[in-house]
Amino acid sequence: MPAFTPPPLPSDDKRWKIVNGTMRKNGFARHALIETLHTVQSAFGYLDDDAIRFVAQSLRVPLSQAYGVVTFYHYFSLKPPGKHTMTICTGTACYIKGTDKLVAAAEKHLGVSQGQTTKDGQISLMTARCVGACGRAPVVLTDGAMVGQITSEQILEQLERWAVE
Amino acid sequence: MTIEELDQIAESVRVENAKFDYEINVCMGTGCLSQHSDQLKDALTTAVQAQGKNALVRRTGCMGLCAAGPLVLVDPEEILYQHLDASHAEAVTASLGGNPIQELQCELREHFDQQVHVVLENSGHIDPEKIDDYIARDGYRALLTALNDMTPHGVIRQITESGLRGRGGGGYPTGLKWSTVAKATGDVKYIICNGDEGDPGAFMDRSVLESDPQRVVEGMAIAAYAVGASKGYVYVRAEYPLAVSRLTACLRDARRRGLLGNNIGNTAFSFDVEIRLGAGAFVCGEETALISSIEGRRGTPKPRPPYPAVSGIWGKPTLINNVETFANIAPIIRKGGRWFAGMGSDRSKGTKVFALTGKITNTGLVEVPMGIKLREIIEVIGGGVPDGHTFKAVQTGGPSGGCLPAEMLDIGVSYDALIRVGSIMGSGGMIVMDDTSCMVNVAKFFIEFCMTESCGKCIPCRAGTAQMYTLLTRICEGLGTMDDLNLLMELCDTVKNTSLCGLGQTAPNPVLSTLKYFRSEYIEHIVHKRCPAGVCNLKVPVEVSA
Repeated sequence: MPAFTPPPLPSDDKRWKIVNGTMRKNGFARHALIETLHTVQSAFGYLDDDAIRFVAQSLRVPLSQAYGVVTFYHYFSLKPPGKHTMTICTGTACYIKGTDKLVAAAEKHLGVSQGQTTKDGQISLMTARCVGACGRAPVVLTDGAMVGQITSEQILEQLERWAVE
Repeated sequence: MTIEELDQIAESVRVENAKFDYEINVCMGTGCLSQHSDQLKDALTTAVQAQGKNALVRRTGCMGLCAAGPLVLVDPEEILYQHLDASHAEAVTASLGGNPIQELQCELREHFDQQVHVVLENSGHIDPEKIDDYIARDGYRALLTALNDMTPHGVIRQITESGLRGRGGGGYPTGLKWSTVAKATGDVKYIICNGDEGDPGAFMDRSVLESDPQRVVEGMAIAAYAVGASKGYVYVRAEYPLAVSRLTACLRDARRRGLLGNNIGNTAFSFDVEIRLGAGAFVCGEETALISSIEGRRGTPKPRPPYPAVSGIWGKPTLINNVETFANIAPIIRKGGRWFAGMGSDRSKGTKVFALTGKITNTGLVEVPMGIKLREIIEVIGGGVPDGHTFKAVQTGGPSGGCLPAEMLDIGVSYDALIRVGSIMGSGGMIVMDDTSCMVNVAKFFIEFCMTESCGKCIPCRAGTAQMYTLLTRICEGLGTMDDLNLLMELCDTVKNTSLCGLGQTAPNPVLSTLKYFRSEYIEHIVHKRCPAGVCNLKVPVEVSA
């Protein structure tokens, strides 16, 4: 059997080298699929077709299986995120403290549903299944930074600030 | 590394700490960090230098009382300050050696006095990223004792004698699980630490991994020695970035100190640990699904048997325990199984960490002996329901658990007692609800969760939860009928008894328990078309009498 040669990097974007690094660290083993997809998502912000194809070929995983994994796990996104991301936690503690009203207020303000990005690509509105800061509920992540005991006014203020940035 | 060397490290930490007159511990768990306790710590460091105080400012893990964060504990006087921010740094520093600032002090004696800390004994006292801090508090002593003075069989005997049961929720006897893996044939065995805390409303594992990660790794190493494994994985949620980074640092330091890797403690025992990130799938908390995920595949469960103890990762015998279970191991080996069995109730030994959240005054993390009454946890430790509202229910066990009403508050918390009343221990989430929560809506919330998190492999769970959700939505909208209620109960029975894994088998629990204890609320929605708590938007117009 001829020795396996990994496919060339999709472009000379330096981030692919980071992705390749994760795979090399794991000896290009098939079980490194999820680890590698994490690296792609943290480097590029999402997973596009080229990325999934490249990772699948490099790890010798059938493309269908790689796509199956990407779509199975909520953490992976196939769409590019907006410039800013508002993630509203909808875990039980946050739900008890009225997080559904926060989501509704943000949806109304932005004119998009949860999981979507505004047309100008400025803001993504996401929900999370518990970020584990239940003691501070309700909680949101503004561009990844956690803010606890938040009100819908504070969320709208933040969204307005982002809209003009 | 030998026990003598551990002693030397511990001694040097003590000497180093003794140089300071005061220790200012700043909570830097996720809860307090979200309130900028990092800036507070910097401000305190600056103030200590500016005022020339001989004080050590230390980053620590979670101190538990998230409601009062950011928290600062000043030793040796044990003064706890609450709601601090950077602007208080100078005043707090200036008060060292004088009278504490009373208006900033947290005086919740009853909150702390009722607690017994075993798993959380180091949380809030050590810097989670300094292995020497852990060693100074008897860290890794249990591992080296086990390696040098105990046989693998002897280790398992201690664990069995302790009566420790799995803290992930199932409550399977840990000693029995270990001995099954130890007896399994095969030269390669694996250890998995399940940190996929998917239960919404629970954050015990996150907190332990952030506050005292070395304790978990030590527990895993002892387990590996006992069952004959040489490789371990910690499966952590990607949603817990701080836990992941602290764990990464912890593994690196343990390797440097020779407490992971080849020939640990100059014995033949070798063990190393890798981190695997979850990717947001609740079902991966189920052990066979978690194993699929570690293998890089979709996290769908498999029928058992074979159990992971016989055929786990890559078909090899695998021991899989929860974070909190592993966190209990080192103290058991250090102090003996009998010591541990001395705490708790008849068939549930030791302590349990609970995440106390929802409509309760003192939200945060508490550790209590098993057998303690729910009422004590909620009313005394938790400080009761705030804002003049009345207690309605407490939800334990997350989406797999149930809602218990006020009449049930006098039961003692144990695995068996909670199952008897229609809930489960679960991993330790405890969410308090008051009169503003609609129990039908709560049931709908949990079923929606299970519906979206169902992996789709088996039909009862995939289709059943969806149908249950539709029925509950109808009832919440005021469109339900009594037939719907009967159908719902029938579905609960089918889904519970025919689903493949724990997710489906327990998904009906929130519905069943609310039907059992809050049936009148369902009837109100169906017959009188009104939501007693005023939560649901009923679509039926209220007939206005002329």
